Amino acid sequence: MSADTVTQPAATGSGTTIYGLVANFDKIDEFLDAVSKVREAGFTKWDTHTPFVVHGLDAAMGIKPTKLPFLVFGAGLTGCTVGIGLQWFTNAFDYPFLISGKPIFSLPANIPVAFELTILFAAISALVGMLAFNGLPQLSHPLHSSRLMKRATDDTFLISIEAADPNFDLITTRELLESLGPLQVEAVEA
Amino acid sequence: MQKEVLDITTEPRRLDGRSTKWTIIAAIIGVIGIVGSYVVASGTDDGMDYLLQTYLVSFAFFLSLSLGALFFVMLQHVTRAGWSVVVRRIAEAIATNVWLMAILAIPIVLGMEHLYHWAHPGAADHDPLLAAKIGFLNPSFFVTRLVIYFAVWSILAWFFYRTSKAQDGNGDPALTRRMEVVSAPGIVLFALSLNFAAFDLLMSLDPHWFSTIYGVYYFAASVLLFFAVMPKILVWLQMQGLLKRAVTVEHYHDIGKFMFAFTVFWAYIAFSQYMLIWYGNIPEETEWFLKRQTGGWTAISLTLLFGHFVLPFLMLISRHVKRRPRLLAIIGVYVAVMCWIDMYWLVIPEFSPGVARFGLLDVMVYLGMAGLYSALLAWRLGQAPLVPEGDPRLKESLAFENA
Repeated sequence: MSADTVTQPAATGSGTTIYGLVANFDKIDEFLDAVSKVREAGFTKWDTHTPFVVHGLDAAMGIKPTKLPFLVFGAGLTGCTVGIGLQWFTNAFDYPFLISGKPIFSLPANIPVAFELTILFAAISALVGMLAFNGLPQLSHPLHSSRLMKRATDDTFLISIEAADPNFDLITTRELLESLGPLQVEAVEA
Repeated sequence: MQKEVLDITTEPRRLDGRSTKWTIIAAIIGVIGIVGSYVVASGTDDGMDYLLQTYLVSFAFFLSLSLGALFFVMLQHVTRAGWSVVVRRIAEAIATNVWLMAILAIPIVLGMEHLYHWAHPGAADHDPLLAAKIGFLNPSFFVTRLVIYFAVWSILAWFFYRTSKAQDGNGDPALTRRMEVVSAPGIVLFALSLNFAAFDLLMSLDPHWFSTIYGVYYFAASVLLFFAVMPKILVWLQMQGLLKRAVTVEHYHDIGKFMFAFTVFWAYIAFSQYMLIWYGNIPEETEWFLKRQTGGWTAISLTLLFGHFVLPFLMLISRHVKRRPRLLAIIGVYVAVMCWIDMYWLVIPEFSPGVARFGLLDVMVYLGMAGLYSALLAWRLGQAPLVPEGDPRLKESLAFENA
């Protein structure tokens, strides 16, 4: 379908700034094809929005593997160290306390706490790190004012390109999106 | 582009002539191992005793592989898993090998008196603990139980193999339903039989000692060994040009995840057993670990701690490693070696306190059993397509992708 159903003027009136452009598609194949082309055009500040998980989307967008595992691994190691350190400090150093004839500092007895703190630190860092890397929580977002965006949780696949992208140009980017065969292209106000 | 469902009808998925070739090669290795074992064992005074002991090590090792495979097959059915269909036929074949283990159990039964102290005539006469256990630990009941275990495993394994093979022809979804229905009680039977088999075959080597988690330990080792061996088999088949499209990196990834999970599970169970005994500090319990912590066995115990847990844990933690089939296969072989050492550590300290006498005889016995086991496996894999072609979830498995 051609993009003759332009919903907003090519340039908005003076005073309003543009957050970016969104284009929507209703067929997965066309959508993924368009996503690849947007990636090839060299955009960096752009995203896709789909009602469900689309296999192959990460590859089409060229999303690099997340750095989260390194954070989680580091946090896990920290948790392990804290767990053993805490038990050594409290039980063997600061207030030596003999329990059932075991050595003052004995590793087997300390493993469960070290293990639990490893898990705790790793799990919390995974959650908090995921939120931080995604810039969450974010209570409001310019895309929320887009009518198309509301449908991205229902029946349409969306590509959004931010005006902040160095490659962004209201005219040429719109032309690019329109050349990909979307149903609609819409400018979103900031 | 969105991934299309692969068409595997255009690629070879049967072993055909290779099956016979591999069967013969494996059988020759097996015969070399058997003859070699006899020659090496007869060369020394206590060679025959040690032959039987290391025979139990390799027996426990290969039995655990078949049991791990049987558990995998039932687990896939009971959870109605879609991803695993393309690798299930190989698991079915490995599980069916369990009847070979039933035959290989005969030397253990014949040499019972030499392996199990409680089976010695008169052993219970001056030993109140053994006298109290004689209702359970006596030769005739022991043999009866072995027969029951192997009957349960052989019938289950054979049922899944045969039903799945029948489905190749007709693609009847009712057969899948049948396998699902059998799997649930099958897993219960499996859990009970595996637990008691581990008690009988391995734990009763020291009839005074007991640990309620021992069966779970053997279960963890079994399932881990199965997932450790799978990547090697798949890579080997793919290097021969088979299943190159049917089995994708996604399937390796999932097998790698399982390998990782069961590495951790094994360590968790091993530590649970160790810590309770260590903490309780009761001589009748700690003596089992004391044997494994003195002399040459200290090194083996530490090898297991670092080689069986810490190293594989670090090696398998990354997604990128699990998505490289050849690398995963190499790690799998390494883990399998550790699984063998684990069985060695369970058995041999009972006979050889202080000295880990690993040598040529262990290798020969292993080769003999590995040869026979692989020969039967290669023959079995040649009897049917390598993929359950009639499975209604085959398409799902072919298109499977890790999110």
